[in-house]
Amino acid sequence: MQELINRAKELLADGTVARVLGWKAGDLPYNPEPAYFETAEALDEFVYNGFCGANLSKYMIEASKLEGKTLVCLKPCDTYSFNQLIKEHRVDRDKAYIIGVGCKGKLDIEKIRAKGIKGIESISGAEITDEADTLTIQTIYGEKSCAYADAMLERCHVCKGKEHKIYDELIGESKDTKDADRFDAVKAIETMSPEEKFAYFQSELSKCIRCNACRNVCPACSCRKCVFDSTKFDSSQKANVDSFEEKMFHIIRAFHVAGRCTDCGECSRVCPQGIPLHLFNRKFIKDIDELYGEYQAGEDTESRAPLTNFTFDDAEPSIVGKRG
Amino acid sequence: MQRIGVFVCHCGSNIAATVDVKKVVEMVKMEPGVVHAEDYQYMCSEAGQAKIAAAIKEKNLSGIVVCSCSPRMHEATFRKCAERAGLNPYMVEIANIREHCSWIHKDMEEATKKAVILARAAIAKVNLNTSLKPGESLVTKRALVIGGGIAGIQTALDIADAGYEVDIVEKTPSIGGRMSQLDKTFPTLDCSACILTPKMVEAAAHEKITIHTYSEVEKVTGFVGNFTVDIRKKARSVNMDKCTGCGVCQEKCPSKKTPSEFNRGLNNRSAIYTPFAQAIPNVPVIDRESCIKFKTGKCGICSKVCQAGAIDYEQQDEIITQQYGAIVVATGFDTIKLDKYDEYAYSQSKDVVTSLELERIMNAAGPTKGHLERLSDGKAPKEMVFIQCVGSRCADNRGKSYCSKICCMYTAKHAMLIRDKYPDVNVTVFYIDVRTPGKNFDEFYRRAVEQYGVNYIKGQVGKVIPQPDGKLLVQGVDLIDNRQILKEADMVVLATAIEPNPDVRKIATMLTASIDTNNFLTEAHAKLRPVESPTAGIFLSGVCQGPKDIPETVAQAGAAAVKAIGLLAKDKLLTNPCTAKSDELLCNGCSTCANVCPYGAISYEDKQVNDHGIREVRRIAVVNDALCQGCGACTVACPSGAMDLQGFSNRQIIAEVDAICR
Amino acid sequence: MSIEAKEEFRPKIVAFCCNWCSYAGADLAGSSRLGYPADVKIIRVPCSCRVNPMFILRAFEKGADGVIMCGCHPGDCHYSTGNYYARRRMTLLFSMLDYIGVENGRTRVEWVSAAEGVKFSTTMNEFVEKIYSLGKNVRLGDLRCRN
Repeated sequence: MQELINRAKELLADGTVARVLGWKAGDLPYNPEPAYFETAEALDEFVYNGFCGANLSKYMIEASKLEGKTLVCLKPCDTYSFNQLIKEHRVDRDKAYIIGVGCKGKLDIEKIRAKGIKGIESISGAEITDEADTLTIQTIYGEKSCAYADAMLERCHVCKGKEHKIYDELIGESKDTKDADRFDAVKAIETMSPEEKFAYFQSELSKCIRCNACRNVCPACSCRKCVFDSTKFDSSQKANVDSFEEKMFHIIRAFHVAGRCTDCGECSRVCPQGIPLHLFNRKFIKDIDELYGEYQAGEDTESRAPLTNFTFDDAEPSIVGKRG
Repeated sequence: MQRIGVFVCHCGSNIAATVDVKKVVEMVKMEPGVVHAEDYQYMCSEAGQAKIAAAIKEKNLSGIVVCSCSPRMHEATFRKCAERAGLNPYMVEIANIREHCSWIHKDMEEATKKAVILARAAIAKVNLNTSLKPGESLVTKRALVIGGGIAGIQTALDIADAGYEVDIVEKTPSIGGRMSQLDKTFPTLDCSACILTPKMVEAAAHEKITIHTYSEVEKVTGFVGNFTVDIRKKARSVNMDKCTGCGVCQEKCPSKKTPSEFNRGLNNRSAIYTPFAQAIPNVPVIDRESCIKFKTGKCGICSKVCQAGAIDYEQQDEIITQQYGAIVVATGFDTIKLDKYDEYAYSQSKDVVTSLELERIMNAAGPTKGHLERLSDGKAPKEMVFIQCVGSRCADNRGKSYCSKICCMYTAKHAMLIRDKYPDVNVTVFYIDVRTPGKNFDEFYRRAVEQYGVNYIKGQVGKVIPQPDGKLLVQGVDLIDNRQILKEADMVVLATAIEPNPDVRKIATMLTASIDTNNFLTEAHAKLRPVESPTAGIFLSGVCQGPKDIPETVAQAGAAAVKAIGLLAKDKLLTNPCTAKSDELLCNGCSTCANVCPYGAISYEDKQVNDHGIREVRRIAVVNDALCQGCGACTVACPSGAMDLQGFSNRQIIAEVDAICR
Repeated sequence: MSIEAKEEFRPKIVAFCCNWCSYAGADLAGSSRLGYPADVKIIRVPCSCRVNPMFILRAFEKGADGVIMCGCHPGDCHYSTGNYYARRRMTLLFSMLDYIGVENGRTRVEWVSAAEGVKFSTTMNEFVEKIYSLGKNVRLGDLRCRN
């Protein structure tokens, strides 16, 4: 982390960048938050650890409008989102100085809580340089511990790899933490009966409070104004006027990002209700891979997205019924 | 809130017999925005339109809904009527209560209920309509004719005579088409070449006509009045300016084993060739696949014997890009392949021929110099059998469901000519029906039967079996006498079904012109607009639209020309105002819409916007109204809903959905 | 009217038809007097590529029991490529609806040319029959405002 801070100070000092986009400590030991740093002194507040899951690429939409370059810290999976934003002309590559930061998997406080660890006062072992594979957690009930891998976000178990797809320089080691198939959960749902599927999604989606956290964090959901906030479709904005509204919102949201979603998993990470929203996006990704050939959004900045493309012999919609 | 008038048409009894129109009037009066509703016998009539116009003025209507037949029928009529009464024509919506309701439902209560719902949907939509104003675009005063057969030649001549530039693009080395392959023409029996060649010469000599032979249309962009077309002029390997058409090269060419396309493969041609003696232009082409020079690098005889020095082995394909205001398709036809009709032994015996092959056999310039003879042994036939409807009016999938229309008449012609020239030859015709509608057609057929003694048998042939002695055993049935017929024939002629030239599908795709399952181009209206494609600026000439004989083809070619001239005569065209429009405050500038636009109508510009006080320069999608055709692909691709389609807006369609599901 | 009759299920079916092929096909079905149930109501759109998934979900939300989209056959689109995009969009949308437990039979895409009045009519008859067999749509739509 110190290497990163030192380098950021250098780049600020020599005028290469006008500001640094990173993370600073939050009000709890496990919730660092995205922050801008404009001076060397401010950078002393800079934090980068296992809880810095936030994908900073979307912040670059606004940062691209500012005077001068912005140093942005991107983890390997964040770079896919950044590429996708370049492709959609939403960020200005020339306004970004990308430091590809190392990542060995990011942590999910809910996973730790799920182990019955409550009253957390501090956590050690989450620092990025730490080789230890155990988290030591001080709680008001005493010291507890938890394997790092057991506390990782779901998305890190299906890691896209340790490679940064776009950067100006790299600082820190990364690790491919993949130990599961990202489509397992989707496949499990696909084998359910229509009644079971319906019951599952009904129970999950009925938790939705339409807080829009998923939408706000999603780097693909980068519209200046969401269709659900405009009058263009006569669609309802916030509170659910009926039970279908949240389904409509999440289906359409997933549809709008289909072929553009890099599967960064931010939607599920930020959902205060713990809805596994990535299951919508993964379903589209799985269908696209199966029907139209494997496609990873953000892999590059040129390729045509599957929904703005076609072949003459694409599958007919009736394939959905035939696949069972 | 709009002030809406609803007009319910009885369409005589077409609607009123199944839909309670009075009830519809009563029900729609309760809909929001409706301030006037009435019914009338025929809304499209002058009196009906007068009622609409009067109501618009008296009730100060801001929008109208006409519950009537399909909008494809009378939307334009009612829009014009509204416009005359001072209402914007795009404030009119049609509820289709005839084709989609009264004609398909029997129960009056059900049909009435549905008619009310369809009316409600149209009312909900018109509530959200906005006045639209068509844009204007200029017309390029030049026409393109695709296909250089009699249809294309006639169309080109008529357009050129009206004073407009015309280009003919012909795929083969010469214009002339199928008609140039025919021997005599019915019902007057004049020689085909004698009446066609002067037309070919006239076209070639016309100062307003440019002929591109051995050329194909490669790409079409643009829209009515403003098409841009890339024409590929294939390398002829002969310099057209230098060649004198002496023909020595063809004589001396050592490669003479390529089946002649013009003679339907009945004899061979040289590698450097003109398809026939009267070819226009009279400049040969080198078929590079057959040419020894191109295959092995050795030979070059034609170049050595050409005194004009016209042979050019280095010649390359050339792309000509030209602007046109109108395009006429005249791609013609071919006979179907007979591989699914093994029972007629076409592939087994040289003496089973198609009618088009017989034309070549009977033609003095053909492979047998006009002598009727068996191709297997050169002997004169004594017994000839003609089989009608081979692949036409076919119930199964082997052939075509339609009637090829020309076969009855040309078979009568063939039979008559043979009996006239060779009175000792017996001619038998197997037919399903003899169809002779046309001026002097039935008289012609009767002459064949009565005067020339052609033996017509109503019934089909099940099988043709080649015999060891070279004869053909024809197994047929006589339906009138109800008996089996076994007949030994020396030659069998198959009246083979015709189908549109296979290239037409590719051309239709380039032109975005509709095409039916048989590959015939679709008319804008089967009865009222038979020579226009639904795609504006595209006209249909000849068999590409449906089977036709020569007089009909020429008549249609003239009609297509008149329609094209009508278009070219205009200086400006009004463009469809139902185009996409981007809301600059919602646009992300992400380029997704431009990726799906088939017309390249969307571009991006950096534009200063004022978004509720935030002033900034944003990348914004801009739609070119002249290029946009209003398909709406972009509106769905756009995630933010910034792109919307005027006349079919998101809110309008959602209002219709809501009204139907209410 | 008896109570039984009142409760008889009559489905609401929305059909989106493209102007150039399928709407004309429906017109041809009409002029050929090829009937299909009155439960089907057609909305005219310029092209199948104009059909936004929002429209389909909206129809279900407002109480439709089935939604069918018809367009020109692939390769025959009046706008040349519209239906190819529509095909991908609808395939993915229907797959998603199936995934969240909505019966696949409630959604359908059929390519109907202007010449296929017979196909239009048979397709609609089949689709309506399917919706009858599936019964009322209780999985999508506004459950709270209904009883």
